[in-house]
Amino acid sequence: MEKTVALELKNISKFFGKVIANNKINLSLYKGEILSILGENGCGKTTLMNMISGIYFPDEGQIFVDGKEVVIKSPLDAFHYKIGMIHQHFKLVDVFTAAQNIVLGVNDGSKYSIKSVNAKVKEIADKYGFHIDPKKKIYDMSVSEKQTVEIVKVLYRGADILILDEPTAVLTPSETEKLFSVLRRMKEDGKSIIIITHKLHEVLAVSDRVAVLRKGENVGSVVTSETSESQLTEMMVGKKVELNIERSQPENTVDRLFVEHVDCMDREGVKVLDDVSFIARSGEILGIAGIAGSGQRELLEAIAGLQKLKNGKISYLDPATGKMENLQDKTPLQIREMGVRLSFVPEDRLGMGLVGNMDLVDNVMLRSYRKGKTPFLNRKDPGKLTNEIVSSLEVVTPNVHTPVRRLSGGNVQKVLVGREIASEPKVLMAAYPVRGLDINSSYLIYNLLNDQKKRGTAVIFVGEDLDVLISLCDRILVIGSGRITGEVNGRETSKEEIGRLMTKTVATESKKEESHE
Amino acid sequence: MSNVKTEKSVREPLFHIAKRGGLPLWKGILIRFIAIFAGLLVCGIFVTVAADGKKGFFDVFASLFSGAFGTERRRWLLLQDTALLLGVSLALVPAFKMKFWNLGGNGQILMGCLTSTMCMFYLGGKLPDPVVWLIMTVSAIAAGALWAVIPALFKAFFRTNESLFTLMMNYIAFHLVCFFISYWYPKGTGTMTPLEAGVLPDLFGNKYLLTLFVVVLLTVFMFAYLRFSKHGYELSVVGESENTARYIGVNVKGVIIRTLLLSGAICGIVGLLISGSINHAVGSNYDNNMGFTAIMAAWLGKFDPLIIVLTSFFITFLTRGMGQVRTDFGFTSEALSSVIIGIIYFCVIACEFFISYQIKFNGEHKKTKKPKKNRFEETVKRDFAEEFKMAKEENFEENKEEK
Amino acid sequence: MDTFIFSAIEFGVIFLFGCVGEILTEKSGHLNLGIPGIMCVGAAGGCFGAGIYLNATANPIGFVTILLAILFAMLFSGALAGIYAVLTVSLRSNQNVTGLAVTIFGVGFSSYFINNVVLVGETGTLLSAAGLNFFKAYLPFADNLGWFGKIFLGQGFLTYFGIFIAVAAAILLRRTKIGLNLRAIGESPATADAVGINVTAYKYVFVILGGAIAGLGGLTYVMEYMGGIVGATVADTVEGIGWLSIALVIFTLWKPDFAILGSIVFGALYIISSYVSLFFPNASFTFAQLKLFPLIPYVVTIIVLIFTSIRGKKENQPPASLGLSYFREER
Repeated sequence: MEKTVALELKNISKFFGKVIANNKINLSLYKGEILSILGENGCGKTTLMNMISGIYFPDEGQIFVDGKEVVIKSPLDAFHYKIGMIHQHFKLVDVFTAAQNIVLGVNDGSKYSIKSVNAKVKEIADKYGFHIDPKKKIYDMSVSEKQTVEIVKVLYRGADILILDEPTAVLTPSETEKLFSVLRRMKEDGKSIIIITHKLHEVLAVSDRVAVLRKGENVGSVVTSETSESQLTEMMVGKKVELNIERSQPENTVDRLFVEHVDCMDREGVKVLDDVSFIARSGEILGIAGIAGSGQRELLEAIAGLQKLKNGKISYLDPATGKMENLQDKTPLQIREMGVRLSFVPEDRLGMGLVGNMDLVDNVMLRSYRKGKTPFLNRKDPGKLTNEIVSSLEVVTPNVHTPVRRLSGGNVQKVLVGREIASEPKVLMAAYPVRGLDINSSYLIYNLLNDQKKRGTAVIFVGEDLDVLISLCDRILVIGSGRITGEVNGRETSKEEIGRLMTKTVATESKKEESHE
Repeated sequence: MSNVKTEKSVREPLFHIAKRGGLPLWKGILIRFIAIFAGLLVCGIFVTVAADGKKGFFDVFASLFSGAFGTERRRWLLLQDTALLLGVSLALVPAFKMKFWNLGGNGQILMGCLTSTMCMFYLGGKLPDPVVWLIMTVSAIAAGALWAVIPALFKAFFRTNESLFTLMMNYIAFHLVCFFISYWYPKGTGTMTPLEAGVLPDLFGNKYLLTLFVVVLLTVFMFAYLRFSKHGYELSVVGESENTARYIGVNVKGVIIRTLLLSGAICGIVGLLISGSINHAVGSNYDNNMGFTAIMAAWLGKFDPLIIVLTSFFITFLTRGMGQVRTDFGFTSEALSSVIIGIIYFCVIACEFFISYQIKFNGEHKKTKKPKKNRFEETVKRDFAEEFKMAKEENFEENKEEK
Repeated sequence: MDTFIFSAIEFGVIFLFGCVGEILTEKSGHLNLGIPGIMCVGAAGGCFGAGIYLNATANPIGFVTILLAILFAMLFSGALAGIYAVLTVSLRSNQNVTGLAVTIFGVGFSSYFINNVVLVGETGTLLSAAGLNFFKAYLPFADNLGWFGKIFLGQGFLTYFGIFIAVAAAILLRRTKIGLNLRAIGESPATADAVGINVTAYKYVFVILGGAIAGLGGLTYVMEYMGGIVGATVADTVEGIGWLSIALVIFTLWKPDFAILGSIVFGALYIISSYVSLFFPNASFTFAQLKLFPLIPYVVTIIVLIFTSIRGKKENQPPASLGLSYFREER
């Protein structure tokens, strides 16, 4: 294959205030190849791609398309140079059909006729092997169907360079496989494709070359066939991953929380939890692993009283009274009033766990403001507690009266976890507590969880990084498509084993679906 | 950047708009003052031109001040009207803090007026005055609360659009008042003669003091309620994020209903004062459109009861002052005040933009210093990048939520 | 009965203009609570425009009079909608608060303007009688066709113009690219922005156009329905009609063609109090009881409001980004 450069970046930099998101990045993409951009969360992959697709404007540097320097100020400019990006969060209009979304904003001078659009969409779909119904409304679609619409949308505009931002994050393995085969067909058709990811095996499976970003800088490109997983990992993280999380032996474990045959439906009536049963024990960390969106959030919310159960039982053994308390069909307030010491660090920190516009004290007070019989608030004790949290967890903040929205992600999380731990819980649930945190903050959170474990709390830890799960948790439950697909011992298991379990039912399920079709 | 200038032939938009992190208090106040000043200037010119130069530009402001402060009676009326507007604003604040758009202040006031007048009409003279007063107060509060809680119930249980619902409730109240006046005075012109029996007493022989006294109490109450009470705290949480409210176990529906009961009740009290203490009658325009004006007062006052004291004073000052300008400049139409006040609103609304956003001209701020790579900075950097991503996602979520 | 239906259509068109104007505005993601004020200003502007012409010529031509009235009505109301657009689109101020300010200003301005600039003589007539007849003029053969002719062909020009605009708006929204783009902006401006639609330009155009169309509603009320005879409270009445027009938008599920029927129903409800004897020929109502009939449209609106919110179908919901300012770069 002759190598013509389709897209070239020279010394591209982007700053957000004092933060350097991208620093003098050079990158080239050849015609008819799939280039992976690999990097950890927050290494500047998405920012870089946003500059190519016209969402951001680079502060420094040049972009060349087919050897000519171009200025891309808006997505429209990007389309003009035949560049199309498929964002991680789909940008689709829910109440429109697939075809309407696809044709939206296309200005080819032709008269608007949805019939001819439908026909053209079909044509593109057949060419690359998509399955798409142009007349289906977006709100009726599954995630992978929506992604298909996004890809067709870009192709419809005649894009020759496609950028896909974390396309597989929301897909099942079989859907991922389908996507990859489509990408390969597009490559054969002469399209150039950039795929952003942080999953190594996908990089190896689909791409021709890999460029690795680390902390906003390009640390080098390699040809996929000449590299290995360990080399890529090394490039990505800088050094080998040596997680050094301490893990004590669980002591005096008592069965604390019982989840039995729990079923849950989402708003559309789709089963999100299917016959989930497990027991959380005091003095141990129970990990929950799974592909994002497999029901982890619903599970924790069901325990916290935020999600209605369709079937099943959730009960809690009160260590003070020795009595079993039923938690299902109770509101969060009722659960608290029963004396159940349950803390919950939700995934959506500023949207659920905290109130962005309130100051630290008011946020710390969220859990405890009801204390006391007067109709008035007592801000004294929460104030003291806030100061304790700030000093013991080293929260970086001008003062305790700053709105938490102004704090950085790591500090926001410290406030949230600090508050949840302060109520001396017997059960502590944490959903992705280290997502987006730097290494130091992450370790601080691990230590806090370990302290809780030693105190005899039953800790439930939902995580995405398998290395962390394996080195932190005593037991790991694996959840796939709302079902528990296995339970492993954290000390004996391997990443591969968990990975297999994560995709186990998912794979069989999707096969079933296919046979239905 | 100069070192890369040769390489950099990119052009970019002239300026972009960014959210401000925070603005010093005095700057915010200064910007608002400039806006008000600009508004007044425009109005002065408008009036001078409209009056065909019968009087000079500065006479406008002389009339304005004389209308508001000129005589002792005017000063009392200024205070009374401020108090009424303040009362309604205070009623609306808790609803707005909860992001419940109560546009039904007018109707809630009118219902307060109507029921208290009913009490005077039917019970005045037949029962001892204190008993009438008690029944009046209770019924006015109940009627105002009822008018607000009906939309609240539907909002809480069915997410029915509250702004249109409350608006329609205004007109129902309006027509109910028309009905009762015609019912009581079948041959009348639709206006009511003031009643004498059962009216609320004057305080210390001054007919304005009762209103002022009640509103001062309300202000203190609302300030404390919002800042120090558990209820006030809950409603702010609900307004900021319903998800968080549910997460900490707040009964969101209950809070919506409770808050609107309070909001309507206070409007009812204002109605009680208007009919029972000031006018001794009811009329279909006794709300004086305060339900709307109070929204402006509350919004300009950032939903803070103490600032709202100032904003409602300012708006009342304008209204009363403009009345005098009208007379002095020979305008027959009462509407001139609304025109002027409308213009000033526009200026003040526009200035809020410059308080919460800043316009950055590109090229000026470019000299971004590259932070030294020590560990602390690096931590901050990654945290910021993450926060940035989170903020974006949040917006995304928010957009979805609003549906 | 045919007078009632005739008047219901005639009055309905006032709602229709307001409603179609608000639909176009809301489709761009802006809830314009300034429509009542904008309609008032439209009435004032239309009278002004026609008045200038009628005063200047001895033998006015009917078509020119109406055209000028429409032009000026749209100009005035479009200008006020423009202020709203600047404040909410570019300066991103709160739409509810801005809308209310626009209404306060518009009602005051039109009342002032009509009383001080437009009114002819002391009689409270807006235009000379010759000018007013133009608005009432109808097709010459309508009289020969009995009730059908009277109801459907006997309407003034503005009635047909209103229905034309509603149909045009329906086609625009449903069958054109511009309509597709506009709907996308109302649903998700970020999506529209990402595919290169000029969100700001669309918002400006449709907020202003919507305002201009709504302004014609005010003109229709003053000229066609009231026959140019107005009292001091004309602006208050138009304001009330304006609020109902906004409510009507929900009733019609954001569809301009539904709005034609919906506004006629609203027109009928609104004027029903004047036709009580028609429906209850044997009942005799007291003066006070008659005062209760004007309540009906508001009560009906509330019931409709509740009904649509209870059975929420995805397509029948307001545009998803209604009321939210769009700000591309969040930093």
